[in-house]
Amino acid sequence: MAYTLLGKDFTPPDLHAKVTGSAKYAEDFRADGMVFLKIFASPVPHGRVTSIDSEAVKRMPGVVGVLLAHEIKQPSDAGHAILTDYPVFAGQPIFAVAAMTEQQAEDAIQAATVAIDPLPFCIDPLESLRPDGPNANVGGNVANRKDVPLQEIKWTGKDFAKAGDDTLPMGQPAQEWSYGDLEAGFAKAAAVVEESFVSAANAHHAMEPRSCAAYWENGKCHVWGSTQSSSFAVPSLAKYVGISPADVVLVSEYCGGGFGGKAYSYPLMALPALMSKKLNGRPVMMRVSRDEEFYNGSARAGFQGWVKIGFAGDGRVVALDSYIVQDNGSTTGFWDFQNFGMAASVVLQPEAMRFRGIPVLTNTPPKGAQRGPGENQTANILEPLLDKGARALGIDRLAIRLANAPGGGPNGAIGPDRLPLTSAYLREALEQGAAAFDYSQRVKRSGRQRNGKVRSVGIGQAYHAAGYNGWDGMVRITPDGKLHIHTGVGNLGTYSYAATSRVAAEVLGYDWSNTVIERGGTLKAMPFNIGQFGSNTSFTMTRTNYAAAMDARQKLLEIGAMMLGGAADDYELRNERVVARDGSASITFAQAAEKAIALGGKYAGHDVDPELRELTKAAAQMIAGTGLIGVAKDKLPKNGIVPALVAAFIEIELDPETGKVDIVDYLGIADVGQVLHPQGLDAQIRGGAVMGFGLAATERYIYDPAYARPNAKGYYQAKPPTYLDVPAELATLAVEGAHDPQNPVGAKGIGEPVQGAASAAYLSAVSDALGGYTFNRVPVVADMIINAAANLPQSHLPLQTNCQ
Amino acid sequence: MSEDAPKRAAELGIPEFPPDPADDFEWVPATRQVAGDLPEPPLIDWRTTSSSRRAFLRGVVCSGVAVSASAHLFTVRPSEARAAVRGVERLITLNINGKARRVDVPPSETLAQTIRYRLGLTGTKIGCNRAECGACTVLADDVPIYSCSTLTHQVRGKAITTVEGVAEPDGTLHPVQQAFIDELGPQCGFCTPGQVMSAVGLLKKNPAPTVDQARRALSGNLCRCGAYHHYLAGVMRAAGRA
Repeated sequence: MAYTLLGKDFTPPDLHAKVTGSAKYAEDFRADGMVFLKIFASPVPHGRVTSIDSEAVKRMPGVVGVLLAHEIKQPSDAGHAILTDYPVFAGQPIFAVAAMTEQQAEDAIQAATVAIDPLPFCIDPLESLRPDGPNANVGGNVANRKDVPLQEIKWTGKDFAKAGDDTLPMGQPAQEWSYGDLEAGFAKAAAVVEESFVSAANAHHAMEPRSCAAYWENGKCHVWGSTQSSSFAVPSLAKYVGISPADVVLVSEYCGGGFGGKAYSYPLMALPALMSKKLNGRPVMMRVSRDEEFYNGSARAGFQGWVKIGFAGDGRVVALDSYIVQDNGSTTGFWDFQNFGMAASVVLQPEAMRFRGIPVLTNTPPKGAQRGPGENQTANILEPLLDKGARALGIDRLAIRLANAPGGGPNGAIGPDRLPLTSAYLREALEQGAAAFDYSQRVKRSGRQRNGKVRSVGIGQAYHAAGYNGWDGMVRITPDGKLHIHTGVGNLGTYSYAATSRVAAEVLGYDWSNTVIERGGTLKAMPFNIGQFGSNTSFTMTRTNYAAAMDARQKLLEIGAMMLGGAADDYELRNERVVARDGSASITFAQAAEKAIALGGKYAGHDVDPELRELTKAAAQMIAGTGLIGVAKDKLPKNGIVPALVAAFIEIELDPETGKVDIVDYLGIADVGQVLHPQGLDAQIRGGAVMGFGLAATERYIYDPAYARPNAKGYYQAKPPTYLDVPAELATLAVEGAHDPQNPVGAKGIGEPVQGAASAAYLSAVSDALGGYTFNRVPVVADMIINAAANLPQSHLPLQTNCQ
Repeated sequence: MSEDAPKRAAELGIPEFPPDPADDFEWVPATRQVAGDLPEPPLIDWRTTSSSRRAFLRGVVCSGVAVSASAHLFTVRPSEARAAVRGVERLITLNINGKARRVDVPPSETLAQTIRYRLGLTGTKIGCNRAECGACTVLADDVPIYSCSTLTHQVRGKAITTVEGVAEPDGTLHPVQQAFIDELGPQCGFCTPGQVMSAVGLLKKNPAPTVDQARRALSGNLCRCGAYHHYLAGVMRAAGRA
């Protein structure tokens, strides 16, 4: 379908502020009388605080308040505590000090005497599963947010002995599912690949640390915070602070990077508010340092795993068996391990499959969703194994992927229940990408040496579920004729808050210059929207904005009929006017807005759908009577899982003597259905690829096993890619002809698999450069490449974690 | 599309909403966080070491890690000598964005602190505060520097330019800023002021850089969103116009 706005580039309205420095991030706000908060961070990975000499702290110069863990209500989950007497990871906040200056707060922290009794700790999940292994929490060693209560699971000595040193032991899982006849699948397989592997944990390391400030006024708690989700964060923040969501005033105009780590609210975000409450509402600023961000800023879960894949002669996956041991961190974490099963079931569409998994607690920082949580680890592990299968079968590496990739639209299924996918064009992504990349020619020279360096080609594929539904949208037409699109989706930097808002303008036929996006805080009257995470903004928010605009459209038509006679059906919208279909009469949107105010009721936002969320109703109330209000819940049908799918092609040059890998060329091709914002899509494909190259090559946790202390906290140690690690240009494409039938404009999101496809392609190419060497470990760092090229043993044990 | 379809989705077990993390918890006073009935442990003060070797080692470890665990934004270990030194503020004149600014600055204060917290120019960002990320980049006599790792007293007499000072007085954007908009350079935007300053510094020195020269000039500016392609495209677009 031809659109006026969708599929065309535009300048997002916040861009000017970003390049001029006028964009206000949480730490850029100031208030009179503001004091500064510092935390005392646990020096031990697991322990019990037995005493804090808080009186000595209070006597330090400039100190105005000390906040201890027992003074506040907080989550029962130890790792999610705002402050704690029971630290479960080094760096966890134990108590907080507020002082007139930041230096005084810091001095007071340093002056504190804290007695802590250390408890046994654990940083390797497999160690914790041993019969006599340590538990990372006194309540157990296994837990996950999604359907795994805190419990103790120990495997038997026999489980470990049977596996040996090179293979993942596989004792009792916490979760398990299967479909199809696995045994029969393997029996008929022409080739079987079976490997154990490790995928390292790595920190999010958003550029903006999660600094935050708060004050109280007239019973309301005002918070300047950094979050990916402006409205979705409000209820949970309210819960952390212990008040009603209606009493939270959140300002979050910009979020300096999140990648899942600031998906909504988080414990630290409540601390300034709680301190401020103790100080009778005085503004409190908490500047978060880079180290504090490492400890409290979330991380991707690590995997120790095993997979066995059976291929038919043509490359079709006839059976897939898998087991994931997840390093869950110190809290209930995120369900990356479950997503391994889901992602494998989508990308490979195995005829029969079994997934088993266990999330194990470790005394490392809380793990959270990081861009493609689980799905991207899956891509990194499975794609080089597909190459191995192709070699065993003597078929092309593209052919083995084409034999399995879902394509052609609403085809393919996911998970044990084989739920339908709304639309899948992964096959087309591979085909169109291969043609654009000239894969068939490049692959012929893959593996060739020149001047001591090896050129090789790799392919990657990745998936993420990309669409929720059922959220609320709200638009307003004011008497000046302008369209205000109210969105609570957040401003992570993808610009999808703006791209999806354009759907409302498209529906109403607005000139884009006549619209205003209302965003960035509860004072902007935000409807309750999905957060900006999970690759779902494009699918979900186009639906909500469509629903709100359709509501406004109907009201415009009704007002046209009221003012000019006849029925609503006799009118249409044209050039920001309500026009009689026969062209005989019309009113402007501005006149309709004035009439809506005069009419009140549903037209002006006084009466709204009772099914709307409470926050949406409150937002509508804020702007009721100021214009024509379109406000609606997304009740459009959805009959499947929305898959975001990406294929990637890469050519690299590898130096076997130094282990250095140069990326020669890269192409990411995304199945996004209808493209909303081409430039924004390009930025996501490229940015995701850069982050993916870090995931594949450099980024990882390193922990000292003796003291459970991190050795890769800073950027120079955690190693996200720099300008010099990636090519100056990265190519992008969107699959031609893709369209999601369950989105009113055919769109779906893409933010996460753009990373996993890139990292998997990189790993596929590195293996190919080394003659098909399977590292079974991510990241593949330079010394691993040197060892592999020189036929030397690797310096890590096969299942060792937190080490390379 | 039929009206009853959402029900069908729910029946199929297809999630409509992601779980709210705050719903996962039982909300309790903090004292109940410690699960289980552990025997009350003996009190060990990690700041003082007892005679046992084990406790001594533990004490050493805890003290050492406490230093790194609390490496806060502006950590200065308290000592009388340091306190005395940092307490002496001196009124100095800085040339910031073409204007003379009189400001009281102690000797230990970094330029990033002065710019952001004394002069209110919050465009300059602090991402790491230890010369790793480049978000704090400003120009000193047209040379890009990390303001988080430069003492304010060191730049007396130099012309400092921050991101607020590169546009024309009438608001016309610098060609680098305009090009970053045109090429959709920023994503989250937190590193953008630093990228702008490095690019402006490059073009002052080399108005027509090659892509590789631009890449090297900006390589001290980390972008976690990975927007390097777009920033470089911006620099090349701005080249020749600056």
